[in-house]
Amino acid sequence: MTVPGRRSRLLGLVLALLVLLALLVLSVMIGSTAIAPSVVWDALVHPSSDIDQFSIRDFRLPRTIVGLVVGMALGVSGALIQALTRNLLADPGILGVHAGASFAVTVAVGVLGVRDPQGYMWFAFAGALVVTLMVLALGSTRQGSSAVVVVLAGVCVAAVLGGAREALQLTDPDAFDAMRSWNAGSIVARPLDVVWPILPFFAVALVLSFAVAGPLNAMALGDDLAVAQGVHLGRTRVLAIIALTLLAGGATAIAGPIVLVGLMVPHVARWIVGPHQRWIFAYSALLGPSLLLASDILGRVVMHPGEIPVGIVTAFVGAPVLIALARRNKASGL
Amino acid sequence: MTTGAGVDFGRRVLTVRRRRFALRLEWRSVIVCAVLAVALACLAVLALMTGSYQLSPGQVISALTGGETGLVHDIVVEWRLPRVTAAVVFGAALGVSGAVFQSLLRNPLADPGLIGFAEGSYTGALIVILAVNGTYWQLVGGALLGGMATAVAVYVLAYRRGVQGFRLIIVGIGVSAMLHSLNTWMILKAELEQAMSAAAWNAGSLNGVSWDQVAIGGACIAVLLLLAARLGRPMRQMELGDDAAASQGVRVSATRLWLIVVGVALTATVTAASGPIAFISLVAPQIARRLARTAGITLAPAAFVGALLCLAADYLAQHVAPTTLPVGIITVMLGGGYLGWLLFIEARKRL
Repeated sequence: MTVPGRRSRLLGLVLALLVLLALLVLSVMIGSTAIAPSVVWDALVHPSSDIDQFSIRDFRLPRTIVGLVVGMALGVSGALIQALTRNLLADPGILGVHAGASFAVTVAVGVLGVRDPQGYMWFAFAGALVVTLMVLALGSTRQGSSAVVVVLAGVCVAAVLGGAREALQLTDPDAFDAMRSWNAGSIVARPLDVVWPILPFFAVALVLSFAVAGPLNAMALGDDLAVAQGVHLGRTRVLAIIALTLLAGGATAIAGPIVLVGLMVPHVARWIVGPHQRWIFAYSALLGPSLLLASDILGRVVMHPGEIPVGIVTAFVGAPVLIALARRNKASGL
Repeated sequence: MTTGAGVDFGRRVLTVRRRRFALRLEWRSVIVCAVLAVALACLAVLALMTGSYQLSPGQVISALTGGETGLVHDIVVEWRLPRVTAAVVFGAALGVSGAVFQSLLRNPLADPGLIGFAEGSYTGALIVILAVNGTYWQLVGGALLGGMATAVAVYVLAYRRGVQGFRLIIVGIGVSAMLHSLNTWMILKAELEQAMSAAAWNAGSLNGVSWDQVAIGGACIAVLLLLAARLGRPMRQMELGDDAAASQGVRVSATRLWLIVVGVALTATVTAASGPIAFISLVAPQIARRLARTAGITLAPAAFVGALLCLAADYLAQHVAPTTLPVGIITVMLGGGYLGWLLFIEARKRL
């Protein structure tokens, strides 16, 4: 397989950025009523009390920003977990992020009686972080952790929590009802002041991801060769896992479990740029929000004036792309 | 019994030769299987004893051997035995099905769900429950049709001058994700009560299993297990890679298709009888591998672990949980917890 040169990679990155910008604008314009670009511009630059401006500032803009942030977090966390475990089946949910978050939310709803979706968020974030740490502790030894064992530990913890969650849900109709809408995954009605506190975590995690990209490249050759090249295995793994937990945990806390974005975006990025982690991360950070926003826009258009939650649309947008890519000849070389 | 003079692999090996028939087994696997079989028998007797009408082990054994008549005979043979048999047979089927897929795709996370069977059968069942409000047999038909159609669709979509493991995985993930979304959407739009009954079916339960279901399912599973046993050897050779296996005389693409058919059919039979019992196919081969300390995935220990896991989970689901839960929920927790404990022990040993 020929690997594209630096110039074409950079060109592709600019292209991806342009697509993302276009989607951002579309996401603000399109909805139950279409709003002209000039009104969008006015709403941002000359705020007034016009009804269209109101719906832009209070609904569409927050929704678009949430989509951007969540998509970016999911894309990069997916790239991290696949690089870390060298397993193409790995998605951020695998380390117990989704299991921890949804267990915590079920307990919050079923046992503690929380009924406010904004109240779920911190439960979900805490659940995701605590469970991922548990998985890491279970899967590691003093010499560091083996990727396969960490993944299996994640599967185990997710299973135990999932069973407990399901038992709770099947015996409590209220919890079941609340969870079935949380499970669909959505970026609607997340006020920005609830989302801001999570952003610093994302920033730290993004910096960490790009910092470990080099060592992760070396680790793709196998642990022994990576050590021979001076990579500190344990430190790289811990930093990468912290980064991906913050990203995936934060994204799940904000939007609920959104499938396929974290899994497929890194695959697409890898097919474009070849096996180079730093580029894969950069592409994933742009392609993730593009997929999420495109799905969200589609979800608003298809059942106009009704809406389909974005978590449901992502699969229908993403899966055909993934399957088409898998059928190309180039992909079989991977 | 003779000891082969061949290469010493550092493991004690049991070789059985009878004219045209030769079998080479690892001692540790044989012992592990024997121990698991004994545990299975004890647990089965315990399960036959327990219930709202308690029996003694002696009564159970004499009822099984035909020594009892009347109420005790009815309780053991007519009421409790079908359920225990179902748990053992279905558990073994799921264990083997998972082992086949993990070996085939060379991935410890693989199970028949990977090529869309689980999500497809849930979609079929959801359509029957929500749209048609059909009978039990329509539900079974819908689930089987959905699961099989999905598996075939995944195979066809992944086919391009032969099917290759990696492409099968990716296509399977894509199709499963789409169906998962569709299922979530249907659950979201349905009436709460119907949605909950669909979710309960999806958790898998052995409640109300009858002799008919056990007999039909058991016969299918017996045939499929024989097929799987015949495929066991080429399966191990294919773990070395397609090229290496082909150079050893394995017909790679035919074997792969057969393995997929057997793996999916085993899961389908269980799904038809009891709903999808999750996780046994994922966890049993991994537990078996750790108990038998084999290098790769082996079928027989996986079958025994699967059977034991399913029976234990069903026992807990009936008698220990505060309300009777679907067995699938307990399998998930029991299997996950046990594999976690094994990993924990393994990690401590390496310290």
